Amino acid sequence: MKNIICALIVIAFYSACKPGSGTTNTLPILGNREPVIKTVDGKQVTDTVYSTIPTFKFVNQYADTITNKSLDGKIYVADFFFTTCPSICPVMHRNMLNVYKEFKADDNFRIISHTIDPKYDTVPVLKKYADKMGISGNTWWLLHGTKEETYQIAKNYLVSVQEKNPQGEYIHDGYFILVDKQKRLRGTYDGTDPAQVTKLIADIKTLKTEPDQVAAK
Amino acid sequence: MKLAFITGIGLLFIVALVASCQSDEQVEFNRYYSGGSVLYLAHCQNCHGEKGEGLQALIPPLTDSVFMKQNRPSLACYIKNGLKGKLSIVGREFEGEMPAAADLSPIEIAKVLTYVTNSFGNKQGLIDLQQVQADLKNCR
Repeated sequence: MKNIICALIVIAFYSACKPGSGTTNTLPILGNREPVIKTVDGKQVTDTVYSTIPTFKFVNQYADTITNKSLDGKIYVADFFFTTCPSICPVMHRNMLNVYKEFKADDNFRIISHTIDPKYDTVPVLKKYADKMGISGNTWWLLHGTKEETYQIAKNYLVSVQEKNPQGEYIHDGYFILVDKQKRLRGTYDGTDPAQVTKLIADIKTLKTEPDQVAAK
Repeated sequence: MKLAFITGIGLLFIVALVASCQSDEQVEFNRYYSGGSVLYLAHCQNCHGEKGEGLQALIPPLTDSVFMKQNRPSLACYIKNGLKGKLSIVGREFEGEMPAAADLSPIEIAKVLTYVTNSFGNKQGLIDLQQVQADLKNCR
């Protein structure tokens, strides 16, 4: 009898932890949002405007110019790193390599890694890093830009990067940001945690099946 | 409940028996090795990986037993002072820089070396404090 009660309690706890069956298979939209009132067919309609990644212009490891237009119609993941980073970057990119391998055949998917140390990480340095990482083609771009532009765009990804601290180290967090074809933020993942990166891969697959992602060109 | 208690006592007894069978050297080795695994996690794993696998052509793996054996007297210096330049590891060329872990004490270096040289397919036995202190005097 006692065993049965124990079992029931365990089941009750377990089912309480399961995600609600009512939720549909879509990812949340992150960032600030504003209601706007539009007039459609003479009627007032309230619509929601989500914050999106603004226009930008950077250069990738092949010295090609990459702008926001280069990512039109593509789902992408963004992160911030530098090639001489001794702490979290190797872990982040060891994990990012799994994302790369999973989606490298998909031309509607990209990874962009912004260097936060543009002084050292010049285009040839980024190319060498890419070669050593074993990444080729156009799936994974390593982006170079001015410090100001890079730090400015980091804010749009809700990522914090700072100048070197007194010890000469850059402070940055290891987040991977998932962005949809409308350039809205759809998820943030701790890039140093393999479990979260596994979730990112699953979420990308989910995102790809959403109707407004399938429709977007 | 009573049964669990008796089983627990029994298990403790067996563990004590096994432990008492270990030689002093084995106990010493285990102490270095387990301490080293914690230090590895904190100071090495980010780059060299959980299984010492390294990272592509950027960061060399720690699985080259021949390299470990041939360079055994220099390993402590590599950790203390860092390592720069070209390396051939498991038949692959690496070029880069490993930062110095200047904040590690000789005993910590001995522990982490005992861990590394007895993990990832390496099996070199204990590298103790005296050994590391001697090796550090000969750093180039």
